[in-house]
This record gives sequence, C-alpha cells and structure tokens, in this order.
Amino acid sequence: MKDVFVGLDAEIPEGGRKVVVAEGVEIGVFRVDGGLLAWRNECPHQGGPVCQGRIMPGVEERLDGERKSLGIHYKAGSLVVVCPWHGYEFDIHTGAHEGLSSIRLAPHPVSVRNGEVFVGIRG
Amino acid sequence: MDARTPPPELPEIGPRTNSLDILAHGKAQAARRGFDRTFIVDVDSHIGESGNWPEVLKYIENDATREAAFTFGGGTGQGAFLNDIPGLQWQSAHGRIPHGSGLKEPAPDGLPKPVSLARRAMDALSLDYQVFFPNGLLFLGMHPVREMEVELATAYNRWIVEEVLPHEPRMKAMLYLPFNVPDAAEAMVKRFIGAPGVVGFLVTSTRYQAVHANEYMRTYAMLEEAGMPIGFHAHHNWHNEYTKQLNRFISMHALSFVLSNLVHLTNWVINGLPERFPKLKTIWIESGLAWVPFLMQRLDHEYLMRRSEAPLLKRLPSEYMREMFYTSQPMEAQNMKLLEGTFEAINAETQLLYASDWPHWDFDVPSTIFDLPFLSDTGRRNILGYNAARLFNLEVPARYGQMAAE
Ligand code: FES
Repeated sequence: MKDVFVGLDAEIPEGGRKVVVAEGVEIGVFRVDGGLLAWRNECPHQGGPVCQGRIMPGVEERLDGERKSLGIHYKAGSLVVVCPWHGYEFDIHTGAHEGLSSIRLAPHPVSVRNGEVFVGIRG
Repeated sequence: MDARTPPPELPEIGPRTNSLDILAHGKAQAARRGFDRTFIVDVDSHIGESGNWPEVLKYIENDATREAAFTFGGGTGQGAFLNDIPGLQWQSAHGRIPHGSGLKEPAPDGLPKPVSLARRAMDALSLDYQVFFPNGLLFLGMHPVREMEVELATAYNRWIVEEVLPHEPRMKAMLYLPFNVPDAAEAMVKRFIGAPGVVGFLVTSTRYQAVHANEYMRTYAMLEEAGMPIGFHAHHNWHNEYTKQLNRFISMHALSFVLSNLVHLTNWVINGLPERFPKLKTIWIESGLAWVPFLMQRLDHEYLMRRSEAPLLKRLPSEYMREMFYTSQPMEAQNMKLLEGTFEAINAETQLLYASDWPHWDFDVPSTIFDLPFLSDTGRRNILGYNAARLFNLEVPARYGQMAAE
C-alpha cells in the first residue's frame, strides 16, 4: 500500500469533497462529521464517476401513528453522494447504497499528517 | 510524485458539464475492453431540440402555421406547438442526474448542436454509428391537434435530412411517422424513402391508435417492399387512466414504457401482421426486455385456447416474436439468470440491438452488453453492432474484418 498526497486538510470543508487522480486511480475524499473518508470514483452499477455527483441529504418517507404517509422528507443527519450517471445514492459514511446495502463503494484508507491528506493505494 | 504536488483534480458533474467529461469513464471502459476492435452501433439515442427548435420551425410548410410558431416563446419560437406532458422534467430525479434534464453544455458554432453532441457521445462510447431520435417528438402522438402532428413531423424530418445528416455520416435517423393521420404517414414514407442517412421509420408508441387498422396496410406494404424497418418507440404517459393512479415517477416510468408496446405488439401479432407482411422488420424500442418473455408466454397460453380469434396465425405468437428485433436499453440486469432466459427466449444473438438511449437518465453503456457472462463471442458482436448493420444495411468499416456469422 502506498500513501499518496492528495491535498491539504483545510481544502475539504464539512460536507465537501475533493476528487483526484492519484497514480492513475480516481478517488474521492469526503469530509463528514469532521472526519475524512475516501471512496473509489467508480460506481458499482455501470462504472460511472460516482464521487463527482451531487452531495445531498438522503430521504425518508415519514408515517404518522396510524401509518398514514406524511410524504418524503430529507433525513436528518444523512449525507449521500449521488452517482451522476443514473442516480445510485451512496451513504458517504458507509459507502453503502441507500436502498441495497450489499452494493458498496470501494474504500481507500485516508490519513492526515501535519495538515496534509494522504490516501492509500495498492502498489 | 513529489509529496507536495497535489494530483489532478476532477470537478463535480453538473448540468453544463461537457458530455466527454460526463462519459470519460465510458471512454476508459472502451480502452480496457478493446472497443477500437469492436464494431458498435447504438440504435437509439436522443437529441434535445431546445436549442434548435426555431430552426426546425423554418421547415413548417404551411406559411400561416410557420408564422404563428414564432409568436411562441416570446417571439423566439422556442417550444412552439409542442405538447410536452408532465414527466419529462422529472427525468433528472430532481437534479440528482444532471444530464437527465438535457445536455446544456456549450458546443462550437458552425455545426448544428445535435451533431457536435452526437460526435462527443460516439467518441466517448466508441460508437461507429448512432441512430437518433428527437426528444420533443416522443409525445407528438398525443397532440390534441391532429394536423399539428403532421406539420411538425414533416418539418422535423426535413430538418434532419437537410440540416443534420449531411454533416455526419455516422449519424443515422429513423424518421417520424405521423401515425394519427394514416394518409400522411404513407405520404411521409413516399417522400423520404431513400434519403441518405435514413435507415427506417418510427412510430412513437405513446398514442391511442390500433396498429392493425386497415388504413395502415399501404404504409406497411411500402416499407416491406423498400426493405425499411418500422420501429415502435415507447415513452411514458402519465395521462392514461391506469398510470394516473401511480403517484411516483418511478412507478409510472416502469409501467408506462412497457404498456404502450404491450398493446401495440399484441395487436401486431394477434391480427396476423407478421403473416401479412412477412418481410417487414419490426423493432420494439426502449421498453427494456423483461416484458417480452412475459408477453410470449401469455399470448401462447391464450392462443391455444382461442385460436378462432387469431386465424391468420400459423404458428405460436412467440414464434413470430422471436423473429422481431428489440433494442436492449433499459436492460433489466439485476437477475442474471432471468436475463439469460430472456436472451434465449428472444433469440437475442440475432435479434437484439444494443441501444444507449444517451443522454437520457437511464442510459446504458456498451459494456453492459460486452460484459454479459453468458454470451458467445459471436452473439456479443452481433448485439453490439452486426445485427444492426444487417438490419439497417450499414457499411462495416474494413478494419473490423469479417462480419460475425448469423
Ligand atoms: S453507473 Fe452509477 S448509477 Fe449507474
């Protein structure tokens, strides 16, 4: 595993990301809840550039006590990245598809040293 | 790499991103799979008309309609007389899929925008030919003014033949048949048959017209005689009494794209059109594939009990259906076993045609076919290109060598 410098810690704001081509591998580094997570920029569906999609909250359908629908709303605390090719939504915390958790983004180790961000790439 | 030099960065993909960048991974897939050695025809792609609609309007032949068209859109003609129905603007999943609301990227001057965009898609996806159809006409069969279908379709077909096709020999068109007016459909075939780049004619399936009506027989005979295929292109329809009950776009889209072609194909077979026009080739476009084995089984089952209602048939309905052509997109690929069964049922290795449907939100890249684990090499090559080459009489570039066997 090789650690590749991708940029400065301060460059990636909360809820933001940086997608880079490091050693020929496309990787998206995301910041959620203060921490950094890195996912391969390759969607498990048809291989689309998933990390370059929209970042937004996931949704939920709310029901009242009688199980009547109260409509679709943003889910508090959730953040997904939406693959721009066909809309697969992945939880940025876990890399799992919002609707079928067996579909997952490929993770990369990410570390911060002296304010610099590195991702691990298999050599 | 110097530890202090950050690597190249990739931007967020948005509504104005160049399609070469949106599809950059398609290009990488093509390189990994050696698509430069693979002949690929995309049988169904789309062009947006928003930027070009005023140019199309100039081809309206009735001068009163033509002038009236330029009172729309604040005098620009944008959107004039089109009858978009609710749904089209939902394709982007409310902005989650940026290209789903239409490609808004800039294109160089001097060429019709659809040509520039088609070249980008063909380059990114490694396509040798692309058959295209305009978005705005997909609903035209539902136009409340019957004659408007004829006027707009004529203008559009002329614009395609005179302004688009001459720029790019890799672009091919199936022209619009104004099917609600049978005489006009017949006249359209007569007028445009043999035009360079025209490879067939197309009926948009979202309409309430029975395909077996006697008024269409002359049109079918002409197409059969000319060796030109007829396509039935599905689209959605949220106005149908059934689909009106569906409260989510996903539900309406999933059913609606199949519903119209279920009806048309059933009429086509049960009324014996394959017996009446045995050489006329039909293509069922953009309904996916899973519906076909359903309909085959359903019709075979009932045919054996009620043969008296389909006396023109000499074989099982499914046998005729196995000789028709189907486009692949949107290919339901979640269950490989069922998909393999579907391919077998429809004789996919000779009858299936790869289609991208680019730039719509549920497009399929060529690797969706190339990577299927159960295809023979010949079948794979046929589906990606050679079936279309035979059907549309397309020249296969010499570098690909021998055509895959039938
Ligand atoms: S490739 Fe990502 S959703 Fe299809």
